[in-house]
Amino acid sequence: MSTPPDYESIPGTYVYDARRGRQGYQLNMFCMSLNKPENRARFKADPAAYLDGFSLSAEQRRTVLERDWLGMLRVGGNIYYTIKIAFCDGLTFQDVAGMMSGVPKDVYAKMMLAGGRSPDGNRFKPAPGGTDHG
Amino acid sequence: MAKIVAGIATSHVPAIGVAMDKGNTATPYWEPLFRGYGPAREWLAKLKPDAAIIVFNDHASAFSLQLIPTFTIGVAERFPIADEGFGPRPVPEVRGYPDLAWHLAESLILDEFDMTIANEMPVDHGLTVPLSVTCGQPAQWPFPVIPLCVNVVQYPPPTGMRCFKLGRAIRRIVGEFAGDARVVIYGTGGMSHQLQGERAGLINRKFDTDFMDGLTRDPAALTRITHTEYMREAGSEGVEMVMWHVMRGALEDDVTEVYRHYHVPASNTAAGLIILENGSGA
Repeated sequence: MSTPPDYESIPGTYVYDARRGRQGYQLNMFCMSLNKPENRARFKADPAAYLDGFSLSAEQRRTVLERDWLGMLRVGGNIYYTIKIAFCDGLTFQDVAGMMSGVPKDVYAKMMLAGGRSPDGNRFKPAPGGTDHG
Repeated sequence: MAKIVAGIATSHVPAIGVAMDKGNTATPYWEPLFRGYGPAREWLAKLKPDAAIIVFNDHASAFSLQLIPTFTIGVAERFPIADEGFGPRPVPEVRGYPDLAWHLAESLILDEFDMTIANEMPVDHGLTVPLSVTCGQPAQWPFPVIPLCVNVVQYPPPTGMRCFKLGRAIRRIVGEFAGDARVVIYGTGGMSHQLQGERAGLINRKFDTDFMDGLTRDPAALTRITHTEYMREAGSEGVEMVMWHVMRGALEDDVTEVYRHYHVPASNTAAGLIILENGSGA
């Protein structure tokens, strides 16, 4: 493997590149199936049985069943896809964004109303070559 | 002879569409955003373009990860409204403009832009929210649309420079069209936003302001912004702003800024809108 891409230095960010594209294909294609109302109904009625129709890893399966939104990104989930699970649950993009950033809904909403998260202090991971997000 | 007469760039946040569809545009949360869209609608109604080219990205609606074309042009007579996972938006179907779309597809490919041609393509909020923002809620959209879809979902999207050059080619090719049409071009997406990870909610007002200023002052400099710089400075989904370069490239070198509106937040996003007219007039 060549040197890590420069965007790996951005904190709290999971760029959907080749590596994640290979890892997450099945997970994201499951999410894509939720564009059809009949599939949404089947998934809601019996999530585990519905997931049997897709070749997910055990960890991918766990993140979906437990709605571990951040965990999904770590096993190759693409936010434009995984958000379809949230739509199924009646959640909004802002609900999920708050959960991923680890703060209560009202705290996140207030941060956005106050102008959003500042880029200052959020451009680079703290230590050189800092933690890998998986 | 056909001509691109003006350009519009606007964010395409799904929640903006939902607010309109549910009649929530006058709430304290949404009113300041929608107030700023009024002058844009008045400008467009006065311009009365014959057609629009809308540069947008699909969000896992028409395209999945099975096929990921970098640039797709829609040549159909009509484009249905996509179900993105919560039912299709209750907005009119989008009418196409096959004559000009096919002319663009053929000429762009011969001009070495390897376009994917779509005869069937449901369109999602990436295309319909910009129409809603600029046209309101008519029973039919006021003009036919040529959808031009750009991949920004699988890294890497095309570079800003490539998008700008595509815009340049579009400008020339529209000018060669035998029909008579005044065409407006939309660049959509952005501005700063991050929808994913622990850094979700990132907004960079200075980056966005500089970007809008640069569209008239020095668009060439903007085309050199790298993907990593967009993601670091404007959030991971801020990279959608490469699509604004297609719009800018399709206009003349000399443009006049007619209007801009910027509001934070629209859900997780800095919503920006800018209107540019060619220096030689619309």
